Parts: sequence; C-alpha cells; structure tokens
Amino acid sequence: MASMERQLEYVLRTVEERNVRFVRLWFTDVQGMLKSFAITPAELEDALEAGMEFDGSCIDGFSRIQEADMMARPDPGTFELIHMPGEEAPAARMFCDIYTPSGEPFDGDPRYVLKRTLEKARERGFTFYVSPEMEYFYFRSANEPIPLDQASYFDLTPSDEASELRKATILALENMGIPVQYSHHEIAPSQQEIDLRYTDALTMADNVMAFRLVVKEVAQSRGVYATFMPKPVAGWNGSAMHTHLSLFEGDVNAFHDAGDEYGLSTVAKGFIAGLIHHAKEITAVTNQWVNSYKRLIPGYEAPTYICWARNNRSALIRVPIPRRGESGSRVEYRAPDPACNPYLAFALLLAAGLRGIEKGYELPPEATNNIFEMTPEERMAEGIDSLPNSLFEALEVMERSDLVAEVLGEHVFDYFLRNKRLEWADYKAYVTPFEINRYLGVL
Amino acid sequence: MEPFLVFPDPPPPLLVQTLDLAGYSWKAVANASVAAQLEPPDGWAGAVVAAEGDAEGAFVICRSLRRRDVPVQPVLVLVAGNQLADLELREDLFDDFCLTPFHPKELEARLRLLAWRAGRATGPEVVEYGDLVINLETYQAAVGGRPLDLTYMEHELLKFFATHPGKVFTRETLLSRVWGYEYYGGARTVDVHVRRLRAKLGDDHAGWIQTVRSVGYRFGQSRWGVGGSRSES
Repeated sequence: MASMERQLEYVLRTVEERNVRFVRLWFTDVQGMLKSFAITPAELEDALEAGMEFDGSCIDGFSRIQEADMMARPDPGTFELIHMPGEEAPAARMFCDIYTPSGEPFDGDPRYVLKRTLEKARERGFTFYVSPEMEYFYFRSANEPIPLDQASYFDLTPSDEASELRKATILALENMGIPVQYSHHEIAPSQQEIDLRYTDALTMADNVMAFRLVVKEVAQSRGVYATFMPKPVAGWNGSAMHTHLSLFEGDVNAFHDAGDEYGLSTVAKGFIAGLIHHAKEITAVTNQWVNSYKRLIPGYEAPTYICWARNNRSALIRVPIPRRGESGSRVEYRAPDPACNPYLAFALLLAAGLRGIEKGYELPPEATNNIFEMTPEERMAEGIDSLPNSLFEALEVMERSDLVAEVLGEHVFDYFLRNKRLEWADYKAYVTPFEINRYLGVL
Repeated sequence: MEPFLVFPDPPPPLLVQTLDLAGYSWKAVANASVAAQLEPPDGWAGAVVAAEGDAEGAFVICRSLRRRDVPVQPVLVLVAGNQLADLELREDLFDDFCLTPFHPKELEARLRLLAWRAGRATGPEVVEYGDLVINLETYQAAVGGRPLDLTYMEHELLKFFATHPGKVFTRETLLSRVWGYEYYGGARTVDVHVRRLRAKLGDDHAGWIQTVRSVGYRFGQSRWGVGGSRSES
C-alpha cells in the first residue's frame, strides 16, 4: 500500500492543496553539514521522478571538478511541511538521495553509506533503532561563549531564559514530527539536553540534521546563538551525543534475554564486544573535530577508557538495566558528540556491532569502578585500552581499519582522511593562547 | 459516509483488506438483531454479505435488510462457484454478486458501479471524526479547521484510525493493514508513528489515539459510542 506512486501523489497533491511555494531539498555533505536548495512546485514532479541536477563540486567531499554533475532525488517518505515565521503558506522539505548522472547511487552520499549498512543488518533480519541524547549550549553570540545563565543540572528557575528557548524548540520539533523524550538543563551553565525518542536509524539521522537546524533557528529568532561544538569552554562539561542502540528481529528485542544475569542476549554481547573491539577505529568519525578530543578527558563524565558497565557513566558503553517487566534492552554508546555526521556515525556503530555478532567476539568482563583509579600500567595489564587522545591519533587508527574503509567506501574514506589531516595540520601550525600564557613569560 | 454492513463477524480477511484499502468504513455483524442494534441513524450505506461459510445466515441477513420500509441497498453477495444455484429465486435479496475467491479490484469496481446506480457519490470522499475531517481525494486532514502537516504514512495511519473508531488494533494488524505485509520495519514502527501523529494532533486531540495496554491502540472512545464516524454524503 505504501507504494511509491501513492507517496508521490500524496506529495504533489499536498503541495498543491496547501499552496506550498517552495520545496526545500535537503542533503548532507561528508562533514555532516546540512545543504539545502529550493525548487518551485512546477519543478517538483520532475525532481521526484528524475532528480534535480546540481553542481557537486561545490559540496565538500562530493565530486571532483571533472565529474561535477550530480542528481538530488527527494525521498517522498521524508516529506514534511515547515512553517517559516511570518509566512502564511507553509514550505515543504524532503531529504534527498544523491545519484550520479547515470542514475547510480553516489558513493560520496553519507545517507547512502548508512542505507547500505542498514541493508546488511536487514539481510540478517535486524532492524536498527537509535535514540540520541542531544546536548548543546546557548550563548549570547557566536563570537564568545557567554552563557545565558549560571544554572545547573535539572535546575528550575523562573529566570531561566534558556528553558523558554528549549520549550519553543521542543514545540517546533514536535510539529515537525520529531518526538522528544526528555529535556532538561544540563550540568554546565547554559547547557541543554534534549533526548529524541527512538526510531529507525535512517529516520533518526535525518531527524538529527533537522534537530540541529531547528535548535539554531529558534535560538537565532530570539537573538541567541546555539552551538553543538563539543567543548566550547575549558573547565565545563562538553556536549555529548550519547546514543542508545538496539536491534530488533521483527517485534522482538534481539538484545534481550530474561534468563541472563545482565538481561543481555548473545546478540547483545556480540554487539557490545564489536563496539569495544572497533571503538578506536570509529572514533575519528564519531568525534570528528580537533575540539572533540578536548571533551574526551577524565573528570567531566566523558568516556576515556574502552570498557562497558551497567551503572558507571564514565564507561564508554553503558548497559542501562531495563526496569522489571520491560524488554527495552539497549546499549548506550557515550563517545559521539553532537557535531558528528549522524549518517556516518550510525553506520559505523551498527557495522562494529554486527561485526562483533558475526565473528563471535567475546565480551570482556564488566568494568568495575576502580578502573578509573588504576594507573595506566594496571589498566594495560587488564587489557583496558583508551580512546584516541587527539584527532591525529584517531585518524592514524582509522586509516588502518578495514571495517571503516569497507563501511564508508573508498570515496568517503579517502576524502574524510584527507580533509581531517588538513584540519589537524592547521591546528598544529597554530600557536594557542595556552602556549602564550604558559611559555612566553618564562621561556 | 455511513458504514457498510458486513457479514459475517469476523469477516473474511481479504474482504476487510479490500474495503479498508478502498477507504470504505464498515461494521461487521453476526446476525440480523445485531445489525438492527448497530444500524447508524441515517441507515447503512449498503451491505457486503459473504455467503461462503454460513449461506443460510447470509440470506437471512439479506432478507432482513430488504423486507423493511426503506430497503437497504446496494447489497452485494459473495458466493462460491458451487453456491450459484442458491441465488436462484432470491434475486430480490441482492443487487449484485461476486464469485469467491474474488479479485479485490473487481469487488471495488462492482461496489463503485452499484453506488453510481444507486445515485450516490462515486465513492467515499470525506471521513469525519469529531472535528477531524479527512478529505480522501485531496489527502488533506484538518482538526477544527486547522490543517494537519502530515507525512504520507502518518496520513494513512490517521485515515485508517478515523474509519475504524472505537476499535482496538494490535500493532501487527496496523502494520499489515496500513503499511502492508511487505513492510519490514517491525511493529515498533507503529509506536513511532503513533507518537508522531499524537504530537501533530496537538495536546487537545492526542488522546484520540489511546494505548490499550498489552494489546495495541484504539482511536476514539468506545466501540460504537457517541462521537463515532459521521459523514457527509
């Protein structure tokens, strides 16, 4: 029934009936930046059937100059109406899949990378569900991180300007069909958290892209700047995107086993073992900026050691204990930050987990609290590794990873490494205020 | 659009699916007295009576629909090939028949033709529930005059709910009837879409879709209570 033809008819008819004047076509570049261009309803039918041509050489990580033409074909299942402040008629948006002029899916399209990986899970009978906790900061401007408040975790103060913003944001998200599970003030001043209700990974990656836009637009409309920068202020907690993962086989949670001590099935154990095994290799993608690694340090509830635990929030992987009678077994992967490319990050998390299931990796014992008090030598003796310390380290590990190369495909893998190496080179060449403060006066 | 009477209760699954997909609202009845109880104030839009299982009961129903001041029409009977003889001398009890196993498109076409002959609309066009209006032709839905911004699947789910108010559906049923059997996503997909639909209906109307613990979902209040499906003809 959900036939393509009826979906197309639905989109065309709704655009006509609702007097939509612009249809925004959205897609994502390799770095996870949302790209958008608008077409008129007159162009819509062609766009749905054949795609809209655009110059791919303008997009980071897409085609090289000699193969510049690309086609963006909207996915009618993602059709949503959006309301712009001050405009009577709604606009519409659709996410696009990118195709080459000859009609092949384009290898450089992050959405295609995720779709390809989801297909592998599907072949094994799994559906992959994702629920991210999105953290971000409100600041007075993009130039300087001046917070709106000095509030903290779960604070409820009438003067909380940010809570008004958060409320408006949640309303806008729900209107866009992105249901919110929880929201609260986070630990740091002016830091917010909005948790999105789980859904299939492709929809969720689309939702994360829409989420970032909505948060920024609502803030901007009130003269405030919202940022997903992982660690905007030294000494404060950074912004994470803790990501809850689960696999379903039909209607059955494939992670759940009521008979197990941890409530975890063999599938879940393999999945966690896979994440642990490949954690270092995928970190360059889940934490893709120089600044991401300023967050991954001890003392701010960010993970640093590659281990799993039920209740330790400093572990890389947390396995929340489902309440009694619940079969909501899931795994929380705590490394990603909200400035990642969600398509690539979800694809790699899934692939790492599936690899663990497929190869029957053994789940290491649960981490105990004293891991964080151990010396590096003691941890090494226990076989507990650390996440990469810097973007540079992360890229070194990623480059040697067969898993990442296979999942991203040659095009994205090469571009990503090249692009991030450049970023690292720029950073390395920069003399930081830290160095001036510490060295200039004494050396 | 008033509902069609459908016999027996439960009706054959293919019949249910065909009527649903064609957008007809219907109520299943087990016998003539139930039919009298459940009859909508403005009368039945027509009847589809499957005679394969209980032929005798089927014709009793047909008779009760015809032998009244305002006979119900159209009445379409579904019969197996070896039951054709049963139709003889009962021509006054039905307007048309369809051989089983029937082809869904044929049944749809016959119902359309019957409706046209009966001088009614060519098909259901508007579904209403409370202040919700769904125009089946333009795909637009509105609550209290406020248009709803729905995705295709949200629209399909809402349409299905609104044409079956008061009825409890399991996630599996919704998945097979709204998404189709070929859909892979699993029953969790239903939960996700119900949440999105509730969010878009808004706080005042989110309660229309109720979670029925350990079963599934129900749209609207009790099965045939006040506020059920009403229509414009």
